[in-house]
Amino acid sequence: MDLMTMILKMGEGLGKTCAIFFLTLLFSLPLGMIVALLRGSKNKIVSSVTRFFISVLRGTPLMLQLIAVTYGPYYLFHLSVSRNKLIPVVIAFAINYAAYFAEIYRSGIDSMPVGQYEAAEVLGYSKAQTFIKIILPQVIRRILPSMTNEIVTLVKDTSMAFTVSYQEMFTIGKQIANSQTSFTPFIVAGVFYYIFNAIVGFVMGRAEKKMSYYDM
Amino acid sequence: MSILSMTNIEKSFGNLQVLKDISFSVEEGEVVSIIGPSGSGKSTLLRCATFLETIDSGVIAYDDNPVTTMVGDKCVYAKNLNDFRRCFGLVFQNFNLFPHYTVLKNMMDAPVSVLGRDKEEVKAECMELLKKMGLEDRADAYPCQLSGGQQQRVSIVRALAMKPQILFFDEPTSALDPELTGEVLKVIKELAEENMTMVIVTHEMQFARAVSDRVIFMDGGLIVEQGDPEKVFGNTENERTKQFLSNYNR
Repeated sequence: MDLMTMILKMGEGLGKTCAIFFLTLLFSLPLGMIVALLRGSKNKIVSSVTRFFISVLRGTPLMLQLIAVTYGPYYLFHLSVSRNKLIPVVIAFAINYAAYFAEIYRSGIDSMPVGQYEAAEVLGYSKAQTFIKIILPQVIRRILPSMTNEIVTLVKDTSMAFTVSYQEMFTIGKQIANSQTSFTPFIVAGVFYYIFNAIVGFVMGRAEKKMSYYDM
Repeated sequence: MSILSMTNIEKSFGNLQVLKDISFSVEEGEVVSIIGPSGSGKSTLLRCATFLETIDSGVIAYDDNPVTTMVGDKCVYAKNLNDFRRCFGLVFQNFNLFPHYTVLKNMMDAPVSVLGRDKEEVKAECMELLKKMGLEDRADAYPCQLSGGQQQRVSIVRALAMKPQILFFDEPTSALDPELTGEVLKVIKELAEENMTMVIVTHEMQFARAVSDRVIFMDGGLIVEQGDPEKVFGNTENERTKQFLSNYNR
C-alpha cells in the first residue's frame, strides 16, 4: 500500500475523530459547569457526592471508562452493544472531560477576589446576575490557558476510541499497520494530530488575545 | 428623620467580639467620619451597615424602616434587602471595579440591569457625572488603564449613579499614594459641599477634621467618643482619644 492510499484511508476516519472531538466539547463544556456548581454547592451531600464522582472519573483510566460505557450494558443487563459506537464513545468522553473541566472552572471561580462579589451585592445584583455578568466572563478569561491544555489533550485522547474498535482515524491506522506490517500509519497519525493541535493552539491563542482586551 | 440608625449593634467573629453595643445615627446631609486604630471595628461597622456582614443582635434601620428585628435573642433580617440596598452606596478601599467593563459600563450596568431604568437616560446621567469628575474622556477606558486615583473616583461615581441617599466610604484612600489621595479627597469634599450624606471610615485625620460634621472615635469595638470635629481633634478630654491622635501629630 502506498503512502497516498494510507493517508486517504486514514483521512476517512478523520471525520469520526472530529465527531468525537466536537461532540465531546459540546456536551462536556456545559456539563462541567453544572458539575462545578454542584461541587461548590452549600449542601454537603450534593458536594461530597459530586466530589466522589469527580475523583472516580479522574482516578480511573479513560480507556476503562470507554470499555465500561460501551460494553457494560451488555455484561450487566444483556443489552446489545449499540451499533453506532459513536454514542457510547461520546458519552464516556463527555463525562470524563466534564470532570476535568469542572475542576478547571472551580479553580477559576475560586480565584475570583471576594471584592467582586461584594461590589455586585452592594449594587443590588442578584446571585444569578452576579455570576453571569460579573464572575463568569472574568473566570473564562482566567481559565483559558488551562482549557487549551485540556482541549489539546482531548485531540490526542480521541485515539483511545480504538479500544472499542470505533473506526476513527487512529483505529484505521492501527489496522493498516497490522495488515501491512508497516510503521508508516503511525507517522501519518502523528502528523494528523500535530496539525489538528496546531489549529487548536491557533484558535485558542486568538481567543485568549480577544479576551485580554481589559488587561494592560 | 435619620437616614441610617444603628442601635445596640453586636457582632462577633467566633469568640472575638468586634462590635460591642454600638449605637449611632446619621441625619440627612450629615458627614460623619469614623476614626480609630486598626482592628477597632470601624470597617466591620460599615460592612454591617451595608449587609456584607450580618449582625448578631441590634437594629439597623434606613429612613426609620427597620432592616433587622429582634425575635427573642435572634436577629432577623427583612426579606426585601435589595430595596434597602437602594438607599446606600459603598466605596471600597480597593475600588472593586469590574475589570471587564469600561468606565461607563461599570456605572451604567447596575442602574439599567438592577433598577431596570432606561439606558439612554442612565447614559446621559453617567456622562454628566463623569464630566463633573473631569473623567468624561475616560468613559470608554477599562479600569486597568486608569490610575488608582481615577479608579477610586470612578468607583465613587459608580455608587452615585445608583442615586443613593447615603454614601459609605471604607478607607477610600488607603490603597493610594499621597499624591493620588488628594484627588479622591477633593471629590469627597465636593460631595460634602453638595450636602451628600456620607459616612467615611478614614485614617486621614486632617481631612476628617475639615470635612466632617461629626467624628466618631472607635476603639476595641466601642464608640469611645463622638462629637464635633473641633472638639474631638482640638481639645478632647478623653485619654484614649488623646493617645490615639498624638500618634498622628508626631
